[in-house]
Amino acid sequence: MTGKTISEKILSRKSGQDARAGDLVVCAVDCALGTDGSVPMALDYFAQMGGERLHDPARIVFALDHYVPPSSAKTAGLHQRMRAFAALHGVALHDVGEGIGHQLIVETGRALPGDLVVGADSHAVTYGALNSFATGIGSSDLAAIMITGQIWLRVPQSIRITLTGRLTAGVYAKDIALALAETLGADGAAYQALEFAGPGLQHLELEDRLVLSNLAVEMGAKNGIFPADAQTRAYLAGRTAQAFEAVDPDPDAAYSREIVLDLDALTPRIALPHLVDRVVPLQEAAQIPVQMVYLGTCTGGRLRDFHQARDVLKAGGGVAPGVQLVVTPASREVQDAMEADGTLADFVALGAEIVPPGCGSCCGTCGVIPGDGVNVVSTANRNFKGRMGNASASIFLASPASCAAAAVRGAITDPREITP
Amino acid sequence: MTALVLRGRARLFGDDVNTDYIISSTRKRESLDPQVLRQYLFEGIDPAFAASVVPGDLLVAGKNFGCGSAMEVAVTTVLGAGIPAVLARSFSRTYYRNAINNGLLPIVCDTARIGAGDWLAIDGANGMAVRNETTGETLLPEPLPPIMQAILAAGGLVPYIREHGRFVV
Repeated sequence: MTGKTISEKILSRKSGQDARAGDLVVCAVDCALGTDGSVPMALDYFAQMGGERLHDPARIVFALDHYVPPSSAKTAGLHQRMRAFAALHGVALHDVGEGIGHQLIVETGRALPGDLVVGADSHAVTYGALNSFATGIGSSDLAAIMITGQIWLRVPQSIRITLTGRLTAGVYAKDIALALAETLGADGAAYQALEFAGPGLQHLELEDRLVLSNLAVEMGAKNGIFPADAQTRAYLAGRTAQAFEAVDPDPDAAYSREIVLDLDALTPRIALPHLVDRVVPLQEAAQIPVQMVYLGTCTGGRLRDFHQARDVLKAGGGVAPGVQLVVTPASREVQDAMEADGTLADFVALGAEIVPPGCGSCCGTCGVIPGDGVNVVSTANRNFKGRMGNASASIFLASPASCAAAAVRGAITDPREITP
Repeated sequence: MTALVLRGRARLFGDDVNTDYIISSTRKRESLDPQVLRQYLFEGIDPAFAASVVPGDLLVAGKNFGCGSAMEVAVTTVLGAGIPAVLARSFSRTYYRNAINNGLLPIVCDTARIGAGDWLAIDGANGMAVRNETTGETLLPEPLPPIMQAILAAGGLVPYIREHGRFVV
């Protein structure tokens, strides 16, 4: 018998069985997130299932992030319903303006190494950066977890992503993720785990790892998981008092495939409309005019992302005429940090529209909607037609620095061309 | 489940149909009712679809059907339009789970030779074999693991949980 991958080990622990790729197991869930995009339906399922009380309210978290601020009586009503349920059952609820649920799960230390954490939103995969087995579910699965504390899962095979070398100036975590989407395709990791490994990890900060785990689902992956190291522990220090047991893969674990990516050789990438895996070297798309630049989301809305974008914008002399720059911090913690270190003031001085923390323009449910025919360059994770609320807009996905370079020139631009 | 026989016309879609194409996430701000949402089914990629759908129609797609958001209205809206099954070369895992949980039959098979408007019959007594009555070809899908069969047989996750109170493997 060969050894186990990180995912096999965590699911073994959570199911109490010797879980191997392909097995179907019933697992105890450590934490489950629901958002205003998914909880209203979950509450309907909960009632239909005969739900009366929660298996363990401490393991459930609600976040109001998709409709921020609520711009209609209907969406305000969804929020009222969630607040009332949370108060009645003792569920922690992050209210409007606190941020994107995924970012809050990470910031509040609710996703720990070795845990099984799910979210009724596809980007729950983000917490894999912290060595959690983290995956997205629907509203009915969330309702069943609220009642039973359980989920059934098929133990995934794992693809090992070995990173070597170190990113060069002007190349970022988002470029790694886009390069992987280019290699694997939109379903290349379907039903499988991405397990990150290799000497390149030591140079990736936790915020970089969150980007890679976040985009795992855009390759069809069930989860995208990192080993835990000193950076993981440093991030969690002060965010949780709970003990945890990190999980490493066995040296003889079996993988379905191995991809080796040399970070030294990587150059900026961009995803063209309307598919996340339509990735090309950014230089091949250079000169395409851009009318809107979006900085935010659970992929690219953290402090480090805004620093990278701000530095390029300042070096390039500001925003080109005719470009709308929209900034949405992923959370209030991020916004407070931006305020404290002057980043927010820099963006205001650059003429950016600042939107309260939340999902913002990402999925068109709130925030700034692009106009007809507009080309948008975004730090987000999806560029489907209509994704931002206007089917005639075209969305390009790139790193925060590449987005900023597009804002500087009013056209897609290699950020390495703009130096201080 | 063994008695199930579905018969309907094939409605063709391509690869990588994401859930926002099935039903725009902006629509679920105003209603979660499948009977309301069904009028917007596939509005972004096939505006004529919603008005032309006939109860019993079967969705036939390429790879990675239902990718993107995990929103469950992308399943309930399809059911609300009277479509009982989706045949695809592959599904995104969240769409697949949501389909099983709501009693929408997801069938993984090689859909390449199914033409638009072909009449298909799905035989529950024969492992959900898909007989293309127009071409005469029969497709044999991958069998479902027992827990998924049990949830589907119960009629979805709601009746399953009402009956068992927990997951039983």
